[in-house]
Amino acid sequence: MMHVKLTAHTLVYYAFAITMLIFTVLLSHTAFFTTANLLNILMQTSPIVVMAIGLSFALSVGHIDLSIGAIVAICGLVAAMLLQSYGITIAVVVSLLLGGLIGALNGYLCERLGIPSLIVTLGMLGFLTGFSRQLSGLQSIPIIDPQFISLFGQGTVIGIPSQILWLAGLVFLAHTILNKLRFGRHLFAVGASKPAAHSMGLVVSRIRVCAMALSGGFAALAGLLYAGRMQSARYAIGESDLMALIAAVALGGCSLLGGRVNIIGVLLGVWLIGCINNGLILSGFSSNEQMMVKGIILIAAVIVTSKVNK
Amino acid sequence: MKRSALDQIVLKVSGLQKNFDGVDVLNGVSFSINRGEVVALLGDNGAGKSTLVNCLAGRIQPNKGTIEINEQALLLNSPSASQQAGLAIVHQELALVNELSVIENLFLNREILHANKILRFFGWLDKNAMAKKAQKLLQRLGTYLPDLNAPVATLSGGQKQVVAIIRAVHAGADIIVMDEPTSALGAEQYGFLMSLIRLLSSQGIAIMLISHNLHQVSTLCDRAVVLFQGYSVADVALKEVSQTQLLAYMNGTVLEVPQAS
Ligand SMILES: Nc1ncnc2c1ncn2[C@@H]1O[C@H](COP(=O)(O)OP(=O)(O)O)[C@@H](O)[C@H]1O
Ligand SMILES: [Mg+2]
Repeated sequence: MMHVKLTAHTLVYYAFAITMLIFTVLLSHTAFFTTANLLNILMQTSPIVVMAIGLSFALSVGHIDLSIGAIVAICGLVAAMLLQSYGITIAVVVSLLLGGLIGALNGYLCERLGIPSLIVTLGMLGFLTGFSRQLSGLQSIPIIDPQFISLFGQGTVIGIPSQILWLAGLVFLAHTILNKLRFGRHLFAVGASKPAAHSMGLVVSRIRVCAMALSGGFAALAGLLYAGRMQSARYAIGESDLMALIAAVALGGCSLLGGRVNIIGVLLGVWLIGCINNGLILSGFSSNEQMMVKGIILIAAVIVTSKVNK
Repeated sequence: MKRSALDQIVLKVSGLQKNFDGVDVLNGVSFSINRGEVVALLGDNGAGKSTLVNCLAGRIQPNKGTIEINEQALLLNSPSASQQAGLAIVHQELALVNELSVIENLFLNREILHANKILRFFGWLDKNAMAKKAQKLLQRLGTYLPDLNAPVATLSGGQKQVVAIIRAVHAGADIIVMDEPTSALGAEQYGFLMSLIRLLSSQGIAIMLISHNLHQVSTLCDRAVVLFQGYSVADVALKEVSQTQLLAYMNGTVLEVPQAS
């Protein structure tokens, strides 16, 4: 491997390599390094990657989006309900639009009222969580539409699981937006310095609202992927992913204060946390203990990234 | 440069007034700047220089008065309106995005897009074209920067200013307003900036230089506009006044408050 300088953006490569080395020793007696298990991790983490991409857009402009998990849940539910009577096209389109609109509303409220996104999206999280519970009556809504299931769930295209195709496609899309398109450059500029971006004529508020809308849109897609994989939608889906999500983007080298985002880093960040989680399960840790570990990783990731950034 | 070209007015400010919460900060400022002219804007702290610059930049709107750029009266209600009109501000602090590279800063909001129509529609960047154009611009101004892909944060104060100035030239500015450009510069960088200003002027770009340094102003500028308590109290050719006289204008000891007619 080439010589890679240790920065916030390359940290995740080291962390990933070291974790894998440690796991090779510690988990050699378990099923960790089997194709089936690794593929399982890949499938399990794919909606989380999509959520993390959404969060990356929010972070790039200096926002945070705590409502992502709740958008996942409501959009999954809405899709499942619409599937029952209106078919796949309406279900998917409405669900994605809803996610984008909720995100845009988050962004609009931040700009309009001058409240930090932390508060706006926390409020949205509360509202949507309650709303999802009310809407579903705490019941899960089954999905039987075979087209939907094969598109977002267990299906394959030319032998490749569709979840993996979504993952690859969306990572590519996000990477392209952020690195190849003018819009991505404007996102970074706004995130790095609002006054400078404004003085260069960028419409900062519009760009920030768009970033939040993208965050909501990606969350909705994650909701569809969850629903497809589980062949049902539940109000609680996405609820418990928030900590892993933030830990992953921090590990991936995103500054929680805005600026350049590295999607490949975010991808590895999510996988790293997925692997650690999986390793903990295989080693017999309880789900309570897994949560404690995730909490520690989150704090450690932020500490380490802020140290190497200096 | 031909006389006729030099006489062309690029910036004309007439009767500019601004008050903040009932306090008059600008009390009817008027002056004009010709093509390629280097004009100093002088004034003590609190005289209203930054407020005037903010009006020119489109960051705030005056309560009264007009701003004409290239003989067109404009409503400067946003930084982009001001930029589009041909006026660029090189600020001490705000100008650049430190985390972005030199090239990214140079082309921020003026990106060169891919020639392909479809890619263009999506705002696909033509990074090669921008790199080439950046080199050209640097050459045109006789400057050199070691790494155009380095984040601006890694540059020195003088280099940052060069980037901001090149950006303004690239944006097609006819007049560049420099707010205290030399205050943070070493001797060598200072000298370079001076020659850069002369070069820009010879290429027909007018410069408005805000400075505290009278010596620098008198060696570099053709003319000075002096603000005192929000009034433009003097508009003088620097050949015709001494530094002592300039100081007197700045301190308000020679007060020629224009009477409203
Ligand atoms: N946004 C503002 N609100 C209220 N007063 C202001 C504002 N900006 C500037 N002032 C006042 O206007 C006066 C002129 O300030 P300024 O234009 O910054 O002067 P200078 O740049 O010449 O030092 C000062 O008395 C300052 O306190
Ligand atoms: Mg000032």
